[in-house]
Amino acid sequence: MTPLSQLLPGQFGKLASLNPERGVDQRLMALGLLPGMVLKLIRKAPLGDPLAIEFCGQVVSLRLAEAENLIVDVSADCPIQRPRQP
Amino acid sequence: MSTPDAGLLVALVGNPNTGKSTLFNALTGLRQRVGNYPGVTVSRKSGTCDLGDGQKVELVDLPGLYSLAAASPDEQVVIDALSGNIAGDRRPDAVVLVVDATNLLRNLFLASQVAELGLPVVLVLNQADVAQEQGLRIDTALLSRRLGGVPVVLTSAWKGEGIPEVRRGLADALSRRTPLKRVVWPADIAGALADVAQAAAADTGKTVSSADAQRLLFDTNVSTAERLGWTLERREKPLRAARDRVRNSGYNPMAAEPLVHYAQLRVALDGVVSEGLGKAGRTAAVDRLLLHRVLGPVLFMGIMLGFFASVFWLAKFPMDWIQLGVDWTKGVVAPSLEPYPMLQSLVADGILGGVGAFLVFLPQILILFLFIGILEDSGYMARAAFIMDRLFSWCGLNGKSFVPMLSGFACAIPSLLSTRTIEDPKARLATAFVVPFMSCSARFPIYALMCAAFIGPLYGPGWESLVMVGMHCVGLVFAVPTAFVLTRLVLKVKPQPFVLELPRYQMPKPRDVVWRMWQNAAEFVSKAGTVIFAITIVVWALSYFPRDASVAERIRAAHPTESAEKVKARAQAAYVEQSYMGRFGKAIQPVFDPLGFDWKITVGVLASFPAREVIVSTLGVTYSVGEGAEADSQDLRKAMQDAKWPEGPRAGTPIFSLAAVLALMVFFALCSQCGPTIATLAQETGGWKWAAGSFVTMTTLAWVVSMAVYQVIIRLT
Ligand SMILES: Nc1nc2c(ncn2[C@@H]2O[C@H](COP(=O)(O)OP(=O)(O)OP(=O)(O)O)[C@@H](O)[C@H]2O)c(=O)[nH]1
Ligand SMILES: [Mg+2]
Repeated sequence: MTPLSQLLPGQFGKLASLNPERGVDQRLMALGLLPGMVLKLIRKAPLGDPLAIEFCGQVVSLRLAEAENLIVDVSADCPIQRPRQP
Repeated sequence: MSTPDAGLLVALVGNPNTGKSTLFNALTGLRQRVGNYPGVTVSRKSGTCDLGDGQKVELVDLPGLYSLAAASPDEQVVIDALSGNIAGDRRPDAVVLVVDATNLLRNLFLASQVAELGLPVVLVLNQADVAQEQGLRIDTALLSRRLGGVPVVLTSAWKGEGIPEVRRGLADALSRRTPLKRVVWPADIAGALADVAQAAAADTGKTVSSADAQRLLFDTNVSTAERLGWTLERREKPLRAARDRVRNSGYNPMAAEPLVHYAQLRVALDGVVSEGLGKAGRTAAVDRLLLHRVLGPVLFMGIMLGFFASVFWLAKFPMDWIQLGVDWTKGVVAPSLEPYPMLQSLVADGILGGVGAFLVFLPQILILFLFIGILEDSGYMARAAFIMDRLFSWCGLNGKSFVPMLSGFACAIPSLLSTRTIEDPKARLATAFVVPFMSCSARFPIYALMCAAFIGPLYGPGWESLVMVGMHCVGLVFAVPTAFVLTRLVLKVKPQPFVLELPRYQMPKPRDVVWRMWQNAAEFVSKAGTVIFAITIVVWALSYFPRDASVAERIRAAHPTESAEKVKARAQAAYVEQSYMGRFGKAIQPVFDPLGFDWKITVGVLASFPAREVIVSTLGVTYSVGEGAEADSQDLRKAMQDAKWPEGPRAGTPIFSLAAVLALMVFFALCSQCGPTIATLAQETGGWKWAAGSFVTMTTLAWVVSMAVYQVIIRLT
């Protein structure tokens, strides 16, 4: 179990938990980022923050601080095919 | 806003950037602004749509949103429109749900929330061309069946494909009144929703729909409670009880809605989309380059530099042509009006001198908007926000502030409207406050004039463009600390989330980009024909009257040996000086004396309070009236280059010294002289307090910094 903020660029993870009370997490859930969902950290912005993550066929930016509370499981095999990249 | 009750009202609803405005334009024949950035439309716009069978409905284009749990003001517009909460507006009779065909799952979340309203629905799967390119095949008949039999239409709104089908689908939906299939809530959540609905209805005496109950139960946002008039003390207990009930059934009440919806949508979508062979898009590859650690920022800087360079260099030639045209017209018109000196002066010095000096900047405005249009429609704007976020976050703003700030370089007014995409009201306020610091196109004329007349000839074209770029940075340099003080010390903004979808890249669509450029140019020209024209005439009249013949006679008597031409010129100058404007300018001039402004510049500064561009046309009037006798030869630059202080400690030295030129530009970089901006700021921040604060802050800052610039440079040179 690792915070999303510690993933390396290119690494996949499966969302284990988030904090539904937070506004940011509510936004992400509306976009389809729910526990059990596979996501990928695509890259960090040139200055190290924010991050670009991919899930449900979309790329979304997210601040490092916000990504700390998103716990992902990197050891779980990611059975879902690589999300579509448009 | 309301139309005759007979007309039906249809709302366009969907995620951001799915093509709602494009579809709106195709259905109504209007031209709404579109762009490849989530959050282009920020308010509701309506038009008439023909359903093909002679029936007409009123169609409303709305901002995009991801969920009905609204967080930002532009999203709230949609909630209000759907609940008929906008004053004088009805609830829509049907909804056209616009979804991105390449990402059905996420888009249908909002759709199934909207389904709870029970309105007739047409589901439009837009961007079918992109879906096809990616090899996606969508079984619309199956999807329609799964969603309760609503009409489902595949369109490429941009190419105009599928538009007649949308009209037909809408007519069909309105006659059959088929709602979208609703989600099936687990028993305890359904129970909790019923409890909430009952409690709210009992407390407020209003009918509470199931959609309302969901918003009350699931959202932290309280707009629904406020609309119903359900007070905090009354709702607190029943809401807590209902949320506990949801929690006890194993769902976090804040997560229940997306969990249930997405689970059921996955089932509904099973087998609907089949993936064939398709081209992988280029977006990922382009991003690898444009968002690269090192290359990304380099390219970003390059793009910004290219942006400014093209605005200055490319525009130079057409500007010269316009100048030639104005001079030529003056040369033709002025002599023919010789018998009527007042009319001659009005036309040559007032209208042609003033409006002409303003119109010269049209090419630069065109290039500016062309560039911004390309950045936005290609999809780069969202990346720019991504790259810049870090630089903005420390001062309490975020990457989303970047877009209003960048477009602030074109014009503050649309930029102020685009701050509506920022969720936090305080962060939004701070952004709106600093947007007018950005060097908008109205500042351009004065920079360009000063650079072309003084910096270029004295120091060469290299310095000229450097000063130009520098002036564009002045505002930014002061905006960031201002934002810092405002967000940290005054407003105490909490750190802002930055969840922004990075759209796929696309070739900018010439039609949209050119349309946008054209619209802005038309606005600029019509401004020249109205506001600028009117102010120019007023300024001219104030600097022409009073015109007592004794002044000329006195001059003639004092200089008996000089040629008639020379005496005439002297008389002109004397007239301006004793005109109303001259007297007023001289009275106020001491305030601006520490900045190195003479009374003519002071007049310009005062006259340009309604709009900054006026400074150029006013200088055009005040400086050419004094020279005006031989109207064909002197242009404004020359007149200013030759201007000297007539008296006082600086007598005989040029008025436009390097120090004064820079001080004048800095003053205009920072001052708040734009009536429409102030009005918009007041409107967007909900009161005159912030507008007045902005005006005072910027004007003070402009005076102080400009004074410092003048005093330092005058001592160094
Ligand atoms: N390829 C393709 N692009 C489209 C189509 N429809 C719209 N677009 C593009 O998608 C982008 C977004 O279009 P808009 O009409 O501004 O989208 P919107 O839904 O109004 O966006 P917001 O106002 O930000 O919510 C623009 O760049 C359009 O040119 C389509 O059918 N095919
Ligand atoms: Mg739109």
